[in-house]
Amino acid sequence: MTIHDLRTRHGDASDGSADQVGGRLSRVDGPAKITGAAKYAVEQQLEGLAHAVLVESTVAAGKVRAIDTAAAEGAPGVLLVLTPDTIPPLKTASDWFGTPPPDVPYCPLARDIAFSGQHVAAVVAESFEQAVAAAALVKVSYDEAPAVADLSDPKAGDGIPIDMMTKEWGEAEAAFASAPVRICAAYNTPREYQAPMEPHGLIAAWQGDRLTVWEPSQWLDGMARTYAEWFAIPFENVRLVSPYIGGGFGSKALALSHGAVAASAAKMLGRPVRLVMSRPQTFTGYGGRAATRQTVTLGADRDGKIQSIVHRGVNETSMGGMWVEPLGSVTSVMYATPNFSSKQNVVRVNSVVPGAMRAPGENPSAFGIESAIDELAYVVGIDPLEIRLRNYAEQDPHARKAWSTRQLREAFAAGAEAFGWARRSPAPRSMRDGNQLIGWGVAAGTYPVRRAYGEALVRILADGTVEVESSSIDMGQGTYTILAQTAAETLGVPADNVVVKLGDSRFARAGVTGGSRLAGIMTGAVHKAAGAALDQLVGLAISDPRSPFHALQANTLVVAGGRVSSPRGDGPEVSIAELLASVGADQIEAKGDTMPANSTAEDRYKAYTTIATPLTHTDGDYSRHSWCAHFIEVRVDEDFGTVRVSRVVSALDSGRLYNPKLAESQWKGGIIMGIGQALLEEGIVDRRHGRIVNNNLADYLVPTNADIPDIQTISVGIPDPHSSALGGKGVGELAIVGVAPAVANAVFHATGKRVRDLPITLEKLI
Amino acid sequence: MRDFSYLRATSPAAAREAAALPGAMLLAGGTTLLDLAKCGVAEPETLVDISHLKGLDTIEVGEHGARLGALAKMSQVAGHEGIKSRFPAVSEALWQAASAQIRNMASIGGNLMQRTRCPYFRDPANFPACNKREPGSGCSAIGGVTRGHAVLGTSEACIAMYPGDLAVALVAFDATVHLGERQLSVDDFFLLPGTTPEREHAIQPGEMITQISIPASAAARRSTYLKVRDRQSYEFAAASAAVGIELEADGRTIRDLRVALGGVATKPWRARAVEEALKGKVLEEDAVRRASLLAVEGAVDHGANHYKIELAPRVVARAILKTGAMA
Ligand SMILES: Cc1cc2nc3c(=O)[nH]c(=O)nc-3n(C[C@H](O)[C@H](O)[C@H](O)COP(=O)(O)OP(=O)(O)OC[C@H]3O[C@@H](n4cnc5c(N)ncnc54)[C@H](O)[C@@H]3O)c2cc1C
Ligand code: SF4
Repeated sequence: MTIHDLRTRHGDASDGSADQVGGRLSRVDGPAKITGAAKYAVEQQLEGLAHAVLVESTVAAGKVRAIDTAAAEGAPGVLLVLTPDTIPPLKTASDWFGTPPPDVPYCPLARDIAFSGQHVAAVVAESFEQAVAAAALVKVSYDEAPAVADLSDPKAGDGIPIDMMTKEWGEAEAAFASAPVRICAAYNTPREYQAPMEPHGLIAAWQGDRLTVWEPSQWLDGMARTYAEWFAIPFENVRLVSPYIGGGFGSKALALSHGAVAASAAKMLGRPVRLVMSRPQTFTGYGGRAATRQTVTLGADRDGKIQSIVHRGVNETSMGGMWVEPLGSVTSVMYATPNFSSKQNVVRVNSVVPGAMRAPGENPSAFGIESAIDELAYVVGIDPLEIRLRNYAEQDPHARKAWSTRQLREAFAAGAEAFGWARRSPAPRSMRDGNQLIGWGVAAGTYPVRRAYGEALVRILADGTVEVESSSIDMGQGTYTILAQTAAETLGVPADNVVVKLGDSRFARAGVTGGSRLAGIMTGAVHKAAGAALDQLVGLAISDPRSPFHALQANTLVVAGGRVSSPRGDGPEVSIAELLASVGADQIEAKGDTMPANSTAEDRYKAYTTIATPLTHTDGDYSRHSWCAHFIEVRVDEDFGTVRVSRVVSALDSGRLYNPKLAESQWKGGIIMGIGQALLEEGIVDRRHGRIVNNNLADYLVPTNADIPDIQTISVGIPDPHSSALGGKGVGELAIVGVAPAVANAVFHATGKRVRDLPITLEKLI
Repeated sequence: MRDFSYLRATSPAAAREAAALPGAMLLAGGTTLLDLAKCGVAEPETLVDISHLKGLDTIEVGEHGARLGALAKMSQVAGHEGIKSRFPAVSEALWQAASAQIRNMASIGGNLMQRTRCPYFRDPANFPACNKREPGSGCSAIGGVTRGHAVLGTSEACIAMYPGDLAVALVAFDATVHLGERQLSVDDFFLLPGTTPEREHAIQPGEMITQISIPASAAARRSTYLKVRDRQSYEFAAASAAVGIELEADGRTIRDLRVALGGVATKPWRARAVEEALKGKVLEEDAVRRASLLAVEGAVDHGANHYKIELAPRVVARAILKTGAMA
């Protein structure tokens, strides 16, 4: 019995009602968030809650000489002062690939200082205010050592080559040398920060050797595993709870040292402990996007056809950790070229280890190649849109495989049409309105379809309502909503009757919510679990002698709008609740997962608690990516150099959209973040101290509403059966990719000045 | 933040008396004070809450000018019809400042008393050297990140920029600060850093701002506040100008001109040289641009803030031309 065929529809408004996949159902968690009823992780009210505050290093390199805790210990309300000497050693946990860790103790408070802002001590007190006051009394002295402040520090050097990142075909250097048109330029992006509204923090509570952690998390199972390994307790003994997340953008996927500090304190005190980072601490407590440098060298024909791309990239990492921001990721797939070479180094600096931030790799990569091809367009005198079409990659130039789907040509066409690109006057500085120079820029973006596995449980309750459970999470992207739609459509019930429960590691498991993979995975898992539940329901209705359908001798039944009937319309029509009552069942429960059928328990554990997934985006016959094209208008004040984005039209191929309303909202979020990256965002380092000085939201600028015009998004995707069970590709990270170069290209068109260092602040244009 | 005691003043006199005690600070909207307490910069022993005091929040605008009670909210003054029509630059300076939430909380008196945004000043744990915080300890900013620092009115001791907007408009239109009986011009109320950057205002312990008065003038009526910054809203000025113009009956000759700068100096900066250069002249673009260069005479940069020296005259010129073109 087949319950539901995969629907191959466009993901637009015509795709179905709100109760179906593809419908524009509003966020089901919206009212709870707007009214304040949604309780975030650290808002749990627990009996006996104590409060921890971190003390951070004020030097960027060196050793802690001594920590004087006497004054803090004597301060009112203080329960505990933790230092590297008093915090019990933990076990080192495995990394996110699941690599077995070295058997050395792990201390979440540092004796050896590798960056300014590193946690060196913590104070736990009865109240938050007492903990803050006492933390200021902890006196730390250091033996300071010279620090490497950032990539431009003369001590930074060339760094370490990352051979894994090398991609080469043809004879790139030779082809460049003999190309009639040659351009070469360097493109830089600064440190950028995820800056989620909800700062990082947690509440940890122990019951015997069982640990419960309420913590905003993009990866419950992965973080639970880390806590279990740190404290050497079974994975099952850790429960992570994360029902709502106030933004993550990549920064909330891993258990971090502050979590280890809070859980250690809770264990020592036998009381639940809350620890929340202050806003300044969020700039050093974990990593933002690494600063990057790229050189892009293009050799081309006079008609703009690329003959060779030579790309060299560098990103910063910390002294002890390794973060590679894959800078050749877009460079190697966007344009057809017979000759290509990309290599990357990482440079160690005294900073916290950088981390994932919306489209790590693709985002800065696109700033390089999408700026460079724009430069080439002006050198050869070809329209920037036309040059992109001339170099269109008909297949993945690196993997040499067919695209699963690539609606980029359609994106260029739809975007250009809606934007009015044909009316663009080609010369820089040729469009103006009073003191405002007007510029139009275009750039493309892409993000690979990352695939992994997920599990879901679907439960039909006696009253006919449906519960969906998964340890995946919703950080605003809409998981609650699209999983309700998936279950509703598969089961034939109204979405209102579906309750989705997420964010508890006791639920059916899921891997990391990152890389825009969750929707594709989890709609597949829920579709499967709901299908199995429906099979059970219909099976009962047909075979149970007490069922009103028993006499019909049908071999299938229809469930629609929460009511069960026969396909021919003969016989009764009853609600699911009535059917369950008639057969004496109080609930039906089915689990579904997307793992290969013969997977072992160990395979599953690995699939959900590590990112060592076997499914790359170029597995099998296809190369799978989402695509987009951004058309952006800027207005640059000719006297002041201030840039305002006045119009955005983006056409995007995310495959089939599970919920167009939410997809549009995610795309817009990505575009807004891209505008911030282009014009405002920069962690400013004091090079003498190796410290970020604008570590607050008044000085680290993200866009306000006044900076953002109306944004038009156009979906040009078609269902991609090679990318996910229901035909969607990635949504969340795609739209930021290409925004910054589109803005920079528009700024060039407006002013004739090419800005290759982000952000494009006013002093670069006056 | 350390423990402090809280005292709810019952009258302006009681507030002044309490504020004279060592370690006491007045609390109005709290948007500066709480922020600085959290940074560890302000360490009051007693907070004297004046936010509820009656009679200090009135706004009166008449033929002779405006009187703003020290406790009037930024948003109330910005939206006041009389202020908008007779002192547009004052209203514009206010509504382009901070955010809507802050403007609804913050008082006019507190606004004058806001402190610099110098990042070194705001982070005592990491940067102990700051002459403004700890006289004689040195200046962490010089040689460091200086993009937001002043180019005018600096000293070897301190280059911190005065970040406010309102006071720039007040200086342009010769406003007066009332400290109870004592009165001072707003220009004199703000002090240059010199060798004593810790002293920013000519206010004594036990004094309280009660009112600000602005005399009426034709220039104030025809005025504007132009604020330039990378972010369209909720950012301090990279450079700003308050400008008011009175024209002769011919509609083109400048009779009176007021120019003050924000975002570039250690205090709200009256640009009298620009005013004098243009008074009696015909309002015309080239002359205005040339004269506006005088706004940054004597400016000294510290590297990353050099752009302010380029930017400020352009902002002044645009503001003058814009005001001149007003109906
Ligand atoms: C993120 C942010 C952005 C901002 N952006 C801008 C901006 O763009 N432009 C701008 O102009 N301002 C800006 N501000 C500053 C803001 O305008 C001030 O914080 C506000 O005006 C202070 O008023 P308050 O009533 O809250 O003062 P409080 O915080 O209550 O007091 C500030 C100081 O003034 C003293 N004080 C208060 N009332 C009196 C009185 N009557 N007499 C004597 N002393 C008094 C207090 O003791 C204290 O030292 C910004 C502030 C923040 C936090
Ligand atoms: S500029 Fe002034 S406020 Fe800033 S660190 Fe130097 S002395 Fe302190």
